[in-house]
Amino acid sequence: MQPLTGCQCPNDMSSVAEIFESLEYGPAPESDKEALSWLGKHERVFGHFIGGHWTEPRETFDVSNPATRALLARVSQGTASDVNAAVAAARAALPSWRALTPHARARWLYALARGVQKHSRLFAVLESMDNGKSIRETRDIDIPLVARHFYHHAGWAQLLDAEFPGYQGVGVVGQIIPWNFPLLMLAWKVAPALAAGCTIVIKPAEFTPLTALLFAELAADVGLPAGVLNVLTGDGDTGKLIVDHQDVDKIAFTGSTEVGRAIRRATAGSGKKLSLELGGKSPFIVYDDADLDSVVEGVVDAIWFNQGQVCCAGSRLLAQEGIATKLEAKLRARMETLRVGSSLDKAVDMGAIVAPVQLERIRGLVRQGVDEGARMWQPSWACPTEGYFYPPTLFTDVAPSSTIAQVEIFGPVLVSMTFRTPEESVALANNTPYGLAASLWTENINLALDIAPKLKSGVVWVNSTNLFDAAAGFGGYRESGFGREGGREGMFEYLTVERAAAEDATAKSATANGATAGGTTSEHRSRPATTAQQPPIDRTPKLFIGGKQVRPDSGYSRQVVAPNGDLLGEVGEGNRKDIRNAVEAAHAAYRTWSKATGHNRAQILYYIAENLAGRGEEFADRIARVTGADAASATREVDTAVSRLFTYGAWADKYDGAVHSVPIRGVAIAMNEPIGVLGIACPNEFPLLGLISLIGPAIATGNTVIAVPSEPYPLSGTDFYSVLETSDVPDGVVNIVSGAKDALAKTLAEHDDVEGTWYFGTREGVKAVELASASNMKRTWASWYARDWLDARHGEGREFLREATQVKNIWVPYGE
Amino acid sequence: MTAKRNLESIGGAPATAGAAPAPARESRGADARPTLMTGPANRAQPIEHGGRNPGTPLDLDAVRSIHVNRSAVERRAATIPTRRTVKKEWQAAWLLRAITLIDLTTLAGDDTPGNVRRLCAKARRPLRDDLERSLGAAELSIQVGAVCVYHALVPTAVEALAGSTIPVAAVSAGFPAGLSPLEQRIDEIHASIAAGAREIDIVITRSHVLTGNWHALYDEVKAFRTACGEAHMKAILATGELGTLNNVARASVVAMQAGADFIKTSTGKEGVNATLAFALVMARMIREYKDLTGFGVGFKPAGGIRGAKNVLEYMYLMKDELGDRWLRPELFRIGASSLLTDIERQLEHFVTGRYAAAHRMPMP
Repeated sequence: MQPLTGCQCPNDMSSVAEIFESLEYGPAPESDKEALSWLGKHERVFGHFIGGHWTEPRETFDVSNPATRALLARVSQGTASDVNAAVAAARAALPSWRALTPHARARWLYALARGVQKHSRLFAVLESMDNGKSIRETRDIDIPLVARHFYHHAGWAQLLDAEFPGYQGVGVVGQIIPWNFPLLMLAWKVAPALAAGCTIVIKPAEFTPLTALLFAELAADVGLPAGVLNVLTGDGDTGKLIVDHQDVDKIAFTGSTEVGRAIRRATAGSGKKLSLELGGKSPFIVYDDADLDSVVEGVVDAIWFNQGQVCCAGSRLLAQEGIATKLEAKLRARMETLRVGSSLDKAVDMGAIVAPVQLERIRGLVRQGVDEGARMWQPSWACPTEGYFYPPTLFTDVAPSSTIAQVEIFGPVLVSMTFRTPEESVALANNTPYGLAASLWTENINLALDIAPKLKSGVVWVNSTNLFDAAAGFGGYRESGFGREGGREGMFEYLTVERAAAEDATAKSATANGATAGGTTSEHRSRPATTAQQPPIDRTPKLFIGGKQVRPDSGYSRQVVAPNGDLLGEVGEGNRKDIRNAVEAAHAAYRTWSKATGHNRAQILYYIAENLAGRGEEFADRIARVTGADAASATREVDTAVSRLFTYGAWADKYDGAVHSVPIRGVAIAMNEPIGVLGIACPNEFPLLGLISLIGPAIATGNTVIAVPSEPYPLSGTDFYSVLETSDVPDGVVNIVSGAKDALAKTLAEHDDVEGTWYFGTREGVKAVELASASNMKRTWASWYARDWLDARHGEGREFLREATQVKNIWVPYGE
Repeated sequence: MTAKRNLESIGGAPATAGAAPAPARESRGADARPTLMTGPANRAQPIEHGGRNPGTPLDLDAVRSIHVNRSAVERRAATIPTRRTVKKEWQAAWLLRAITLIDLTTLAGDDTPGNVRRLCAKARRPLRDDLERSLGAAELSIQVGAVCVYHALVPTAVEALAGSTIPVAAVSAGFPAGLSPLEQRIDEIHASIAAGAREIDIVITRSHVLTGNWHALYDEVKAFRTACGEAHMKAILATGELGTLNNVARASVVAMQAGADFIKTSTGKEGVNATLAFALVMARMIREYKDLTGFGVGFKPAGGIRGAKNVLEYMYLMKDELGDRWLRPELFRIGASSLLTDIERQLEHFVTGRYAAAHRMPMP
């Protein structure tokens, strides 16, 4: 190539003629100058941001650019004393932050949104260098969504008092975020926390801490009060210190299910509020009437977005059998035109994998996939070698039983399977412990709206994928975690019901409702001798499972004794097998009950109330005799229970979802879906009202229930099943298993086919339930605090309905 | 229906090449690529034809099985300009190529022999000589793809372009509405060819699409194609008047089945002319047609493409969706007039490093 003589241009002109023929893409680098200059300003070494100040860098580790392997900076490993200092700073800042008006907090959030926008390119470039993702994505997706999140939550801050009366910020929150969307995950965590009036200790991932540090600087620059936001760097050990810290009120974590499970266990019984956004193996379902060329681009956005390092990546392609071959051919052709390269190149589709360890994991799983017999395909071009790159990869002939179909690869690897019918597509889609997101493609609205509610996932994208917005909640079902980020539903994760004083229910339980003593006992009692001519007919309360009164599997009973020591009766001693049977009955019932109309469920709840009221005196008498309560308070408990059933009859057709205002031509429908099969361990106090206050909201919203009635006073619960029997409640919707509460609750919490467990009892019991729940990451609602069940403000309403449901956001873009 | 994608013709070139030192890339067969298995797509490749599309019988199954999701198409179209860019000498080279793709057009009621002659002069020498030399493009014989005029101006254009290889394209067949009697439209095609036009841009009857009368559409386009004889036929779909992207796709398929050499978005007279979304849908149909028949049909966006940046976006779309063959005038044209001046400005900026002024470029 000879430059033309006399050319004034620094470029090699002869190459223009060559490119004119070849029409290749050339390099199109985004400048890293400003980002390097910012790092240089900090001498490429960082301490933590605690209490508004930078600490001296200590115990530093390297942060490098995965696309070039170049060292970017050294950051500090957060130690116990750092965590203590950060939590103390957040605690100290809490009262004044909380005391600000909502409008004042809104101003801070607004300032942060503006700040992100003003420095958007610096954030984008730094993010791209730190993470390896393409500058296109950070520039066009990550950073605009960050700004959007702060704007949206400036709004929630402004509206906090009006929209969340009776709630306050949960307090000091510990937040641990992943490396795949470093600043976006920070925004998802920080914005709602600040809006709710919380103060924050946040730890970015050790691979990608830089934009969080830049954000800390921004927070300082806009003048956010010291201590409101504290940023600690470090690895999992630092994260664990935050999780375990006694003075943290809530933990929010995004990351792997494995770590999420460890956090669930670590926080069990601590009283810390918890939200977890974990892994996924999300289905991408293509029906035979879909726009296949658009499907291909959807796949590109699903699994080759951010190198597939996306928790909600559509990583399992489920294609209807008739179009699968054609779709796979189209995918291969598209894969040939994808471009992988430097993350700062403005014309690449994929950048680098975040770190060698992740690259090795991907390689290992791909090898395993090949070894297990799936067919692997990669495009003919090769990846750059100077950084950590991996090509887009397609597996076909994959069986659900193969490792790569089950395990989250977290890389640009798509596995493809086929299905025959819509029903089978749902079965395959749900054939996973995860439940984060799903994408479905069809031009048939009937099919789309039929399938979306059947998918076990927190987000469903119709004819689209990986759409995110601050106004729509994001979060999982099943082992993909719990809690939502974004939207009204996300705000509740950082709010708590204001209560005057939290008392430990353990001490109070026995004396609630004026009860003095009595209960079930292991001490043997005899029936008082009767002077009547003939003895009363012996009554045998049984367990109530699948609509039938059944004897306990154990063949044992426990005695129920009045406060005066009289033996009042005997109830069955439920055990593990009874729970197992009840769960199966509840699942059988769930299939129809969850689909019953709100109107239908309402009628049944009213009918239960009607039949309970008809036997009100009997129930009041039982409460009085069992608990020793006076007649007036026993009657009040029954009356309140009847009213409560009316409350949930009322709610059954009114607990509406929402249509979120998301910035697309389309809608995001937030549906309140039942959790599933719920195990409910009722409080000891208020033997009737406690039971009804919990099963009411559960069945009103479509769940089916295994209830363990008050352990000391189970007879109100066993009496109640005869009311259920006469009230058209379908078999298995409510199951009642009496016995040792904590043991039964633990069995329920351990059960992998129970989706949620509620527990009201002792702190030890709460801990046991929360620990056991980690097996399948089921939702738990467990409390040892006394609750005034008679007071409608605390004993019924939206708080209960929210616990009984999970929000599914269904994105439906439209337009012909 | 079995997919018959010819992978060899799609992209496939290394992602980075050219004068800049290419970053090292993994050699083929590195451990990251344990095996390279090819799927059924490679089993049955259609013969790829270099020649003209002869058309096929009307295949209504192909028309009825079309599904185009507008929102998804628009999302993809929106990222074409954000996923790709060319800089420095790549941009210069691509813009030079763009010049060769232009159907330099004037289709105004006040066209006269004078302004058409001026246009033809510009078509012959689209770049200022000094720019051409500075770019090292003197040997590349840069000239536009064609000059496009109304039938009445065909003789003028033919005369003005005499001695060059630049074809004259005529908008015939009742341009722009296409609502004159069929015989007259066919006669107009004959007349344009007789006057020396080597390319004919016909318009379809939108009503046939809007009423789903595919037989009528097929027959009409086929009759035009027959009338065109050796002249290349571009079928203008007037996408802005077809109502839906599904209709755009269906009309594209029927026009190709009826033997169109090119499918073209717009007359330039509709309320909405060329858009990337229309282009994407039409390109996908061209790909589908090629996969089924082996014949490559050309694409021509027209109307509203005024900026150099804009034309590059269409080129990215062609390269990524259809491959490099569709970056040549044989299969890709751009209907435009003022676009050329903007390309010249960008090229001068590349050469001098200064932003350029339109008045320094000889006007068409």
